[in-house]
Amino acid sequence: MAQNTRTVPAGTPTNVTQKHTKGGIGESTLRPDGTLKVTGEFAYSSDMWHEDMLWGQTLRSTVAHAEIVSIDISEALALPGVYSVLTYDDLPAEMKNYGLEIQDTPVLANGRVRHHGEPVALVAADHPETARRAAAKIKIDYRELPLVTDEASALAPGAPLIHEGRDDHHIGHVPHPNIVHRQPIIRGNVEEARKRADVIVEGEYTFGMQDQAFLGPESGLAVPSEDGGVELYVATQWLHSDLKQIAPVLGLPEEKVRMTLSGVGGAFGGREDISMQIHACLLALATNKPVKIVYNRFESFFGHVHRHPAKLYYEHGATKDGKLTHMKCKIVLDGGAYASASPAVVGNASSLSVGPYVLEDVDIEAIALYTNNPPCGAMRGFGAVQACFAYEAQMDKLAAKLGMDPVEFRQLNAMEMGTVMPTGQVVDSPAPVAELLRRVKSRPLPPERQWESAGEGADVRALPGGLSNTTHGEGVVRGVGYAVGIKNVGFSEGFDDYSTARVRLEVINGEPVAMVHTAMAEVGQGGITVHAQIARTELGVTQVTIHPADTQVGSAGSTSASRQTYMTGGAVKNTCEAVREALLEIGRRKNGSYHPAWATAELLLEGGKIVTDGGEVLADIAEILGDEAIDLELEYRHHPTVPFDLVTGQGNGHVQYTFAAHRAVVEVDTELGLVKVVELATAQDVGKALNMLSVVGQIQGGTTQGLGVAIMEEIIVDPKTAKVRNPSFTDYLIPTILDTPTIPVDVLELADPKAPYGLRGMGEAPTLSSTPAVLAAIRQATGLEINKTPIRPEALTGTL
Amino acid sequence: MRVNFTVNGRQQEADDVWEGESLLYVLRERMGLPGSKNACEQGECGSCTVRLDGVPVCSCLVAAGQVEGRDVVTVEGLAEFSKQREQHGHGGACGAGGGCGGKGGVTLDAAKQWQAKPAGDSQTGEGVELSTIQQAFIDAGAVQCGFCTPGLLVQADALLEENSSPSDQDIREALSGNLCRCTGYEKILDAVRLAAARQGEAV
Amino acid sequence: MDFLRPASWEEALAAKAEFPTAVPIAGGTDVMVEINFDHRRPEYLLDLNRIGLLREWEVGEDVVRLGASVPYTQIMENLRTELPGLALASHTVASPQIRNRGGVGGNLGCASPAGDSHPALLAAGAEVEVESVRGSRLIPIDEFYTGVKRNALAADELIKTVHIKKADGPQQYSKVGSRNAMVIAVCAFGLALHPQTRTVRTGIGSAAPTPIRAKAAEEFLNAALEEGGFWESGKVITPSIAKQFGDLASGAANPIDDVRGTAKYRRHAVGIMARRQLVWTWEQYRGTTGRSLEGAA
Repeated sequence: MAQNTRTVPAGTPTNVTQKHTKGGIGESTLRPDGTLKVTGEFAYSSDMWHEDMLWGQTLRSTVAHAEIVSIDISEALALPGVYSVLTYDDLPAEMKNYGLEIQDTPVLANGRVRHHGEPVALVAADHPETARRAAAKIKIDYRELPLVTDEASALAPGAPLIHEGRDDHHIGHVPHPNIVHRQPIIRGNVEEARKRADVIVEGEYTFGMQDQAFLGPESGLAVPSEDGGVELYVATQWLHSDLKQIAPVLGLPEEKVRMTLSGVGGAFGGREDISMQIHACLLALATNKPVKIVYNRFESFFGHVHRHPAKLYYEHGATKDGKLTHMKCKIVLDGGAYASASPAVVGNASSLSVGPYVLEDVDIEAIALYTNNPPCGAMRGFGAVQACFAYEAQMDKLAAKLGMDPVEFRQLNAMEMGTVMPTGQVVDSPAPVAELLRRVKSRPLPPERQWESAGEGADVRALPGGLSNTTHGEGVVRGVGYAVGIKNVGFSEGFDDYSTARVRLEVINGEPVAMVHTAMAEVGQGGITVHAQIARTELGVTQVTIHPADTQVGSAGSTSASRQTYMTGGAVKNTCEAVREALLEIGRRKNGSYHPAWATAELLLEGGKIVTDGGEVLADIAEILGDEAIDLELEYRHHPTVPFDLVTGQGNGHVQYTFAAHRAVVEVDTELGLVKVVELATAQDVGKALNMLSVVGQIQGGTTQGLGVAIMEEIIVDPKTAKVRNPSFTDYLIPTILDTPTIPVDVLELADPKAPYGLRGMGEAPTLSSTPAVLAAIRQATGLEINKTPIRPEALTGTL
Repeated sequence: MRVNFTVNGRQQEADDVWEGESLLYVLRERMGLPGSKNACEQGECGSCTVRLDGVPVCSCLVAAGQVEGRDVVTVEGLAEFSKQREQHGHGGACGAGGGCGGKGGVTLDAAKQWQAKPAGDSQTGEGVELSTIQQAFIDAGAVQCGFCTPGLLVQADALLEENSSPSDQDIREALSGNLCRCTGYEKILDAVRLAAARQGEAV
Repeated sequence: MDFLRPASWEEALAAKAEFPTAVPIAGGTDVMVEINFDHRRPEYLLDLNRIGLLREWEVGEDVVRLGASVPYTQIMENLRTELPGLALASHTVASPQIRNRGGVGGNLGCASPAGDSHPALLAAGAEVEVESVRGSRLIPIDEFYTGVKRNALAADELIKTVHIKKADGPQQYSKVGSRNAMVIAVCAFGLALHPQTRTVRTGIGSAAPTPIRAKAAEEFLNAALEEGGFWESGKVITPSIAKQFGDLASGAANPIDDVRGTAKYRRHAVGIMARRQLVWTWEQYRGTTGRSLEGAA
């Protein structure tokens, strides 16, 4: 823990602008964990190993909705090598549930399962195979219950209630207990505005259930400690949120649950919820041995929440000269059996449902349902992704109906700084929507028929179907499509969203070294890279070490919502500024009498020295610091937001907005319905790129996830059984390198004056517009109306 | 059962191996070589790619017993393998250097000592000798979460061994069995191109 | 579970005779998935990796005797001229890593209708050489597949080699999947022209309980080519012949709806693939293009 914790008001403006320091912000410095990651030495959560450790196994429900009549664990317990079998009855504390916002998720099923794959029992054994065999010997007698699978069955008279006796804070305003949360937004007068419309388009859109499909399945190691507590090494997105949910169900005070972030194999929202954390701790405490749990890919599909599938109903009107008149929409998100992040997804879907367009007359409603489908929650761009897919389809329909160019039509209606959102919030920083579209459109189109460029014959690798050799050019038609989207940054709607950073400055081997300690989950996004850059810039040092993320330091909030560079980056900056002030204070005390500039000049830290803004060197940092260490831990907050009004949806609910545009060029084998995306160009405003290499990597990665859900990715849930039909990488397909086109990236840097360095959260925006751009291109190539994503070959060939 | 084979040039033995265990499991859980990753265990993602008698394979689909007496190179031995290839024209044994593993996976002590090294050090490797492809992955920004990286490195290294100047389509084809969820593959392509160019310069 | 490691073919046959429930494992690309995902716990695993003859092939006058464990990569690289259809099929198998391990023996042993090599074997014409301690026999490929994931092997038999007719004319192979690489067949089609006998043969994968031939389509095309004198004249195939061939191939399919695709789509796609392949192979036969389309595949 930091020795000298003191509080400085959040966002204290610095009156000093640190100049360039090598390896500071704005440079594409390389990942500090790069060497470990390329040599195989980086320790991911699944790589943990402990002498004498046991393997944990989860037994999950084979049915979606049932009463558990009985559980017989005797045969499992009798198996040699089995140390423990736990069920609901073994839970040690009064608290049996957990949840991000609503504690509705049972640690182990209590007499009832609400979705396919719900954890029912746990086994610890000396080998994973022993644990699997033991789990298979647990006998569970289910009595199946009627299913709730969609809006109609959720709200039907006499529908089974997924959660009876709800007492969460949403129950007071939802029209039905099977609705988790409802957010209407009413502004202007749609009925009046509709009269001005020369054209009206309506659409009903379906967004499939996407999986985060991070490559490192859920895993971790729990080690019991001598004080009766537990140490947990785990891959997560938010250590402190986990801690808050874990400690109560273990019946332990938070300080007895010591969490350390292990290497994280991707996240994308899928690690925001608890998966194996509590289970591993329970088994470790029950056996008094270290317990490791590693999901395989099959279990991973049941181990985390997915992106909400959605039904979206839209009506837009426009005048004949192309001005939007009004928008009316209803967005129905399927939250599945437990709430997870559903309320926030509803907030985003409703408040961003107009897209980056000027619309003064709107009537919006978004709801999330409780059903017996798999629980859904956070995934990159949540809420905004589903809406963008639908409103961009509407924009194309409107443009077509008006006979206008789809890009010009969007530009004509594009929001800009000063635009008022449907929530009444004024967009208070640059919103270069029209410019982003201009940039992607002005790019030269990739050459046609590239499969012929190889010279002899057709290079099938450049054709739809790829290596499968389905076409040599027959039936192949090109299409081009555009889309643009808007996403909020950070946690909205009045959430106290803060981040903590501890920075220690000391002299090691004669050199000043900064140590940055946060609880930020590095999930691959490169947060640790920019933390080191910020420390170099703010403290003028070369050497920065990044302390492993743990719960010994205050919360860094979640690695989600495009917020970490803004928030924990901001916290590191903020603490560094305080450290710098403390250092200068020591300098003034020690050396102030030797040079008047100590008192009069603006002082900077550069190249390990304290210099005046005129460039005069006053002292070495090492000399001033001597044996002292400055060690501060401070919290940082963005400007506050407020909840949306539950009736009108009005309120300054968002922190910052972020925008990206895409142009997709596709080639479709129109006879077989196979798609090759040839190029997916994008432009995005990032405010300020602290590390351009990382920024471009995030944009390309996010773009590809958007491509995936456009043409192949979907968790298929059988509507008759609510069971997942494709929980594997054989049948849940994500894009390979042969499915992914070149992704030219155009980065704008228009500063947001409220944000650290003017930066704009940027990780999610590329995932929004990528999907509708690809679908628009496919529509253009095929002439088909496409209202469902992912689009399957069947839908393109009339063979559903 | 007992299984003996060579890993990164060193003779290794594993006892009490369950017959259903994969080579991947034995490497990760019994030989202290967790570099090869278990992302799908069904041969779909390539994260567990190793060289088996020189041939890139998914180690999750090789039964442990099938490796008896054979030669395996993992990401931990890739730098040495590549060095030996440069010196002798073929991949070779891992010397006394790191990466040949001990018992078990990553111990907690080792994990706790993990420190992100200052940027800049990755460029020099800070005493760690890297193969051309490993360095190129770092330099090109091809590593994000890094879970796919070990398998991609082994596969890309094998590609460049066969084809020193692959076209983009060749690279895509060769890496089509290695899934990456973070990067969108663009920087992976950059890295392979960069490694090919650097190898070309070195010749 | 027991792990049997025979050092020779004779030892392998003896082991299979002694333990008929033993599951042979070579490339492991099917068996290990089933073990990793806990779908299968065989009593015995019979490792075939140490048997060198299974990884050998021999190009004879009329047939290629292909060892059951010759990896797909080797087929692609070494047998493209003799077995063009199978080489193309091999190239569609999963990923380079899988192609380095998997072989035709595994496809046949597993007998999944989605196995990539089946349509190519059916189209080329092949016999499966199986052996047991009781002796060996050749099973015509048309009689090999007996049901969903069932084949004509007796419990004590192992697949040794596949005798595949060397190509005497152009062959093609395509499969449909919902991404551009690393995908299991939604359905597949193979076509081989046999100018020596003036016949054509086909194979359909993943669109019926077993891999099948589109016999009616073959008969139609054989007759149409004969009647029209196409073999002699080498004239352009008419669109109506190509279409009818496609329609009949489509009609031969007997697919199901599953998570990978609808039955309707499978029937449709088989027809398209058949029609296109007829055009490709016929163009190759006519020699008008002079370019090798499989070169890029």
